[in-house]
Amino acid sequence: MSQPLLLEMKNIHKKFPGVYALKGINFTLYPGEVHALLGENGAGKSTLIKILGGIYAKDQGEIFIEEKPVQITDVTQARAAGISIIHQELVLVPYLSVAENIFLGREPRQKNGLVDFSLICSETQRILNEFGLALRPEAKIAELTIAQQQMVEIVKAISTNAKIIVMDEPTSSIADKEVDSLFENIRRLTQKGIGIIYISHRMSELQQIADRVTVMRDGEYIGTCAVKDTDNEKLIAMMVGRTMTNYYTRTYNECTETVLRVDKLCSNKVHDVSFELKRGEILGFAGLIGAGRSETMKALFGIDKITSGTVELMGSKIEVKSTQQMIEAGISLVPEDRKNEGIFPTQSVQFNLTLKVLKEFIKGVLVDSPTEMNITETYMQELSIKAPNAATAIGSLSGGNQQKVVISSWLATHPKVLILDEPTRGIDVGAKSEIYIIMNELAKQGVSIIMVSSELPEILNMSDRIAVMCDGTITTILSHSEATQEKIMQYAVKM
Amino acid sequence: MTMHKAINSKNTLLKSMYSSGIGYLKRNAGILIGLIALCVIISINSPIFLTQKNLMNVLRQISNNLYLASGMTIILIAGGIDLSVGSNIAVIGVMAGTLLNMGVPIPLVILACLVTGVVIGTINGAIIANTTLPPFIVTFAMLSILRGFAYVYTGGTTVRIDNKAYIAIGTGYLGFIPLPVVYLIVVLLIVYLILNKSRLGRHIYAVGGNEKAAAFSGINIRRIRMFIYIFSGVMAALAGIVLSARSYSGNPVAGDGAEMDAIAAVVLGGTSMLGGYGYIGGTIIGALIIGILSNGLNLMGIDSFWQIILKGIVILVAVYVDYVKNRKKNKT
Repeated sequence: MSQPLLLEMKNIHKKFPGVYALKGINFTLYPGEVHALLGENGAGKSTLIKILGGIYAKDQGEIFIEEKPVQITDVTQARAAGISIIHQELVLVPYLSVAENIFLGREPRQKNGLVDFSLICSETQRILNEFGLALRPEAKIAELTIAQQQMVEIVKAISTNAKIIVMDEPTSSIADKEVDSLFENIRRLTQKGIGIIYISHRMSELQQIADRVTVMRDGEYIGTCAVKDTDNEKLIAMMVGRTMTNYYTRTYNECTETVLRVDKLCSNKVHDVSFELKRGEILGFAGLIGAGRSETMKALFGIDKITSGTVELMGSKIEVKSTQQMIEAGISLVPEDRKNEGIFPTQSVQFNLTLKVLKEFIKGVLVDSPTEMNITETYMQELSIKAPNAATAIGSLSGGNQQKVVISSWLATHPKVLILDEPTRGIDVGAKSEIYIIMNELAKQGVSIIMVSSELPEILNMSDRIAVMCDGTITTILSHSEATQEKIMQYAVKM
Repeated sequence: MTMHKAINSKNTLLKSMYSSGIGYLKRNAGILIGLIALCVIISINSPIFLTQKNLMNVLRQISNNLYLASGMTIILIAGGIDLSVGSNIAVIGVMAGTLLNMGVPIPLVILACLVTGVVIGTINGAIIANTTLPPFIVTFAMLSILRGFAYVYTGGTTVRIDNKAYIAIGTGYLGFIPLPVVYLIVVLLIVYLILNKSRLGRHIYAVGGNEKAAAFSGINIRRIRMFIYIFSGVMAALAGIVLSARSYSGNPVAGDGAEMDAIAAVVLGGTSMLGGYGYIGGTIIGALIIGILSNGLNLMGIDSFWQIILKGIVILVAVYVDYVKNRKKNKT
């Protein structure tokens, strides 16, 4: 293509405290092109898009639109430059109409100062007709399907004269048959010379809709190629081909005795999940965001309702009724979202650490403080939790230490099965390796561990076996020796 | 060796008592200074203020607010609110009066009142625990419904109570201490034990501090919700019994706005409206400030309508000072 570029991002760098999120990313977009952005969770795709949209400021690098340099420092400037981002989470106002949403914040006025609703509606109708969309301008957003809402977002973008439209996982929340009509509309946009940046995990879609694809990994630019010159295998290799840093200390165990057996588990969010967990084993759960890994764990733990399937612990069937019952049965879950689901931020380390084992030191209204202190100190030492003292509010500790307190609070219940959902998310390298050592130690002692993780190196290095999930069910279970990043990725993406 | 251990444990007990005492002073330094300043100003202006008779009178007056505020402290810590307690008082008073006039024996009357408190709390709790309706709305509706019942039943008139034994419940003394203050001491002790010494108390702080994390910790949130509203209902019933005994009557207007005084005491005492944080010790000081303020202004002969305005200003200033203090603490 020798036509002029619509967008060029050159050597973009971005650092966050503790994370080098983008290390010299290059990206170009031609008019009328669909350019896919591909990479694992945390590869830096969202950061790049947020810089383009004016939500983050870049540390270094240049952006050109139609070959003229532009400065994008806030959302308004991005919009003025013709950039429109359609987020995964739609941001329409549910109780306003289609037309009102499209003209939100820039409503045309009549002479008397009131909003000119008839103009809004006729203008909206005109754009809808142009796209062949059977929507009424007066319809309330809340009445529309997700796919229809997505179209309203797109129409809204076009009505603001967007030249570049970014779509972040547009097909993740819509049904297969709606995907076709979305693609049809994307093609309509490209015919008008609009450039589309398309983010998706779904390989199969790329072949259908994208012209070129750029792969990112760990914040680095890996490469760009035309979709017709590549295939899934090549792309997966580009996505995962990293060198592994080895701070893992896993000793693998001989696992024979089955502790937990899950058969055809279904909930509203997952279906037909079956696996076995052995004594002293670490079973990794790999998959992309939204594959249903956390949801499986929540169902097992009595948070989400199980609609069908069986759960067997130590050979006896249990009916999952409540979280309390599962804790008593010997299952623990360290949740994924530490801040919202794991800690009581204003309460002390001691309160957080002992909350699940109050029975051990409170009888009626008699608090056995020495025992309480003893439990607290034991775990603070064993897991080397760095806090001024046990009375310190947990919210003031570092992420790694918070996580160690949460893990301690579950270890205090002496679980047979410990489920760790993203155990090292958002914590520094030092604390990470400490948590790996703890996991290894626990497995040696015979605790069975399920580790849900989006970090492939972590999954590969820590797990005895690896269950891979995609679209709400397990697609394969790989042994430690046969698993590779490529294999996992193949089962994790929808092909 | 064992003796050494015994001495050691005694030391740690003393130490923990000492440190919790220091903690109490530190936590409540702001409003304690305010309370003392208030007392100094009033005692300078009125010689009657510091007499034993007046002080006991103040305590009796604030006891009713503190029954409600005790329940409210627990509820706010758990992240809820109960606006129905004021109307609850009216229903209980009217009911007690009616039953007494029908000749029902006193123990049965008291039992019936307490059971009614439990029923009202259960209805509040059941709706809040099983639906996603906000507690503010549910108990606000209950406020209206209960008040309405009290009016409908009495036709707007007051039910007179002349049963001497019943009246003594609210007007009697134990030594020189008014009986309502004796009940209050028991109530405060119970609330202290619940919040500071029981598993239930920790669960209440947990639910108010982070509901999701509480669910992940295996805490039965619905049961906690049921408990706190039932407890609050019982506290309101107690307040209703004592008030009707003290005023010789079951009045459908009784307790109008009492929920706001209770909330004011709790919030003045440093409990967070957002849940997860608060202490009964703070609530006691909060209730003392409100009670002494109104007593002092009366003694100084200030018009009662002006008192209402002053009370509002005091609450605003006190909570603002607390807010600024906390913001500073969070910054460092």
